[in-house]
Amino acid sequence: MFAEFAGKILEYFVERYRVHFVLDVSCNSVAQKIYVELNNTVPCVRLLNATHQIGCQSSISGDTGVIHVLESEADLEWPLSKGPNPPYMVLLESSLFTKSIMMKMKNASSRVAGVVVVQKTSPPEFSPHTTCPNENTGVYTETYDHNLAHCNTTVWNPRGNGLSYEEFDSPVFSLKEDNETEVIKQCYFDHNRVVNGSGLQYPLCAMQLFSHMHAVTDTATCMRRSSMDFSTSPVMVCDPLGGYNVCAFIRPYNSTAFGHKENESVVIAAARLDSRAFFLEDSTGAEGSVSGFVTLLAAAQALREATQEAPPTRNILFAFFHGEVFDYIGSSRMVYDMKNNMFVIDLDNVHSILEIGQVAVRSGTNLFLHSDPVSRRNNTVHDEVTNLVKNLQSSTAGLNFSLVETDFSQPLPPSSFQRLLRARAIPGIVLADHQTDINNRYYESFYDNAAHLNLTYPSNLSPEEQLEFVTDTAKSLTEVATAVARALFKQAGGNNSQVNKINADPKTVTQMLYGFLVRSNNSWFQAVMAPELKDILQPNPPQYYVGVAKSSHQANALTYLVQYLLANLTGTATNLTQSQCKKPDELPNESTYLYSYLWVQGVVPPNSTQRESFCVRTAVRLVKAVSPAFDLGDYISKEYSTWTKSQWKFIKARIFLVASRDLEMLTLGVGVAVLFTSLLVTYFVRTKADVLFSSVREPNNAAY
Amino acid sequence: MTAAVFFGCAFIAFGPAFSLFIFTIAKDPLRVIILIAGAFFWLVSLLLSSLVWFIATKATNAQDLTLQKNLLIFGSIFSVILQEVFRFAYYRLLRKANEGLAAISEEDGPPLSVREMAYVAGLGFGIMSGAFSMINTLSDSLGPGTVGMFGDSQYYFITSALMTLALTMLHTFWGVVFFEGCERKRWWVIAVVLCVHLMVFSLSLLNPFYVASILPVYAIMLLMAVWAFFSSGGSLHNITLLWTCKTRLKPI
Repeated sequence: MFAEFAGKILEYFVERYRVHFVLDVSCNSVAQKIYVELNNTVPCVRLLNATHQIGCQSSISGDTGVIHVLESEADLEWPLSKGPNPPYMVLLESSLFTKSIMMKMKNASSRVAGVVVVQKTSPPEFSPHTTCPNENTGVYTETYDHNLAHCNTTVWNPRGNGLSYEEFDSPVFSLKEDNETEVIKQCYFDHNRVVNGSGLQYPLCAMQLFSHMHAVTDTATCMRRSSMDFSTSPVMVCDPLGGYNVCAFIRPYNSTAFGHKENESVVIAAARLDSRAFFLEDSTGAEGSVSGFVTLLAAAQALREATQEAPPTRNILFAFFHGEVFDYIGSSRMVYDMKNNMFVIDLDNVHSILEIGQVAVRSGTNLFLHSDPVSRRNNTVHDEVTNLVKNLQSSTAGLNFSLVETDFSQPLPPSSFQRLLRARAIPGIVLADHQTDINNRYYESFYDNAAHLNLTYPSNLSPEEQLEFVTDTAKSLTEVATAVARALFKQAGGNNSQVNKINADPKTVTQMLYGFLVRSNNSWFQAVMAPELKDILQPNPPQYYVGVAKSSHQANALTYLVQYLLANLTGTATNLTQSQCKKPDELPNESTYLYSYLWVQGVVPPNSTQRESFCVRTAVRLVKAVSPAFDLGDYISKEYSTWTKSQWKFIKARIFLVASRDLEMLTLGVGVAVLFTSLLVTYFVRTKADVLFSSVREPNNAAY
Repeated sequence: MTAAVFFGCAFIAFGPAFSLFIFTIAKDPLRVIILIAGAFFWLVSLLLSSLVWFIATKATNAQDLTLQKNLLIFGSIFSVILQEVFRFAYYRLLRKANEGLAAISEEDGPPLSVREMAYVAGLGFGIMSGAFSMINTLSDSLGPGTVGMFGDSQYYFITSALMTLALTMLHTFWGVVFFEGCERKRWWVIAVVLCVHLMVFSLSLLNPFYVASILPVYAIMLLMAVWAFFSSGGSLHNITLLWTCKTRLKPI
């Protein structure tokens, strides 16, 4: 209160208030006159692995630069060489966010303090990922097959420029096109515009970015520095990436009995959950991951009736792997668990595997079946793969597409199946929409979103109506899901007469596409989620970046969504009450060894406001997906993923005006002059004080 | 606005007060005590007036901006009046203390004349008032940005430092003149000091038209300096004496 009043007196003493009289003195009002904080920024952060650090770093007290809005690649001359007021903070639109521009700015880091990317229109193609994803942790090593290693035969991502894996020592932030960007551009046009080649007038508009990362060099260094702290609560400098895989068997096993199961044969149906972009928090991944796992979820739902009526001989495991982008975290973890008897089955129980890759962007009416040529040199494996191909191809009868095998000498695309092959020669197929290199023009980038999949809704629909509207993309994915479900049923030895009853539901598929790519906070997702998790539903799509492995049993939003959806689509609703749902073992027919019991919100009936919540009995489990390298303490592992993310204290951005150096030096000069003058004058007056102020004593002295 | 501006503004605002402190006050512990007590009295007056303002703002509609603006002006005027009241109170306190100090002192008579106490008290008021005006702004001047984003003048820091300097010196001169007026029972002096203080406050409302506010304030400061010089025993004769002394000291 005191300081408030003093602050207010200061305001009035030095500045008269006009229209904007701010009463809530949340922080210092002078600071409010100077800085405009930018709140909706997404930074590029630092990631480390066994050998490198990638990403961006700012200095510990932030990096300041004069704002320059880049208009074209030729305009780069201004910040790089011609501009008179370095360092510059370069603001560019997404169409100019290319590798050549970023590399030029990286090389001139003394003149470029940082880069801000404004997300606007999508460029025709852009992939910041590498050309050969997960090159060293797949199955194609020098020893496996020399010709197929390092993408010698097929470059899977030819458009990849590797920008996500470069190291920048200046901060790079991303902004959306909204009010804050308008403020920045207005400030730039008011103060920084060069008029007719004449010099710029101070004060200039500048921006400061803070994104100081604590970890350096590589994972081994930062893990060593983290554990060197001897206090009770060690301060971590970096965190391993990881999450949870979502797994569900059709016939669940006792979840405490690990290791080999006698006479059990399992067909694995796999898909990838995660994705990434240059700015990690902006990961979309529509074609990269959503198309695959939505198809698999729909197939799981299609199989539910048939497998409950007439269970097939083999079991089917639906496995959704997380962290696959970062050197196959999820699948390598599962293989490691299987080899070390830490999973309910082991590798001997695995019969075959069908993986759904990217399936939504077709270049014709065909989808393609990729297999591994090296393992197929073995006749048994070859026969099994041929059988699986036959099952798949016969499953497309009556559907509007067909499945074609790829060229025999072509290796597998990047897929979780490669990690299983690394352990054992298992027969398997990867289903994808591309015959050679991928069709995804925006692989692992921010632009791989709903628009990329042509997910368009008529403009006059409300959000709930959009949820129900069946798009063309949904129809084509439904057909793929139907084929997958039928093939899995046949592969698992199901009765052939039941096959044609297996159909995926287009309504489910379109609702899932809407929820995962447009807005996750819709009525269907709300109905399948648990009450305590309903806050993870947002008006935006969820994040597809895997994130760091949390020590508590908390997964990220995407994992929970997939878990609860799979539970809803493959589980059964029970009559248990909420308290029974928490402790179902007390009831005679329920067992938490086999099933997990989830209390979900349920729908709101038309005439009431209360949700009809109920308890779902499901075989879905979350399995920890952290790279085995961290359990083994081998931070330089070449075998497993060693990706970690650096920690930081705070990340923020702000804009303000900077004054000219001349004015600053003038102020300092005037100050020093005032100080010296006052020292001299005071000294002089003090020594002559008895002469100057003598009228008090004079009457006494003048008495004589 | 970086370290250069920080030090520049700090030197401008507090340079003269600092030099006055070093050369005239620091060596004498009694003067230091009176200085700090004077600063404290100013602080208490600000506290009480802020209490009044706080109650007034909480009791009224916070959304009505013109009302809040007027309340702030009212609060500031009340604060000016209260500062002068506390200056008077400090004068009374020092007079009482002076008698006690004279009794226990080793020399004959009081250790400090009323004039010296007036000057020290005024400087105490001035330093604390300057500190409160300037410290907030100074801490923000260390950052990389300068004022101006929302249309304010970019000379904000320099002008607030200049205003603070003027205010500090003005409080010193007012202290001298005020105590002298009370000593001689010339009560009109108190009224004049109060009016000049209010005039300086209203001139500060003219910011950011810095020419219209700083130049008149400095003119008033010079006038007050002259008045303080004469009321503390100086005269034109002494100044000429100074010059002749200087000429006499020249080697022949």
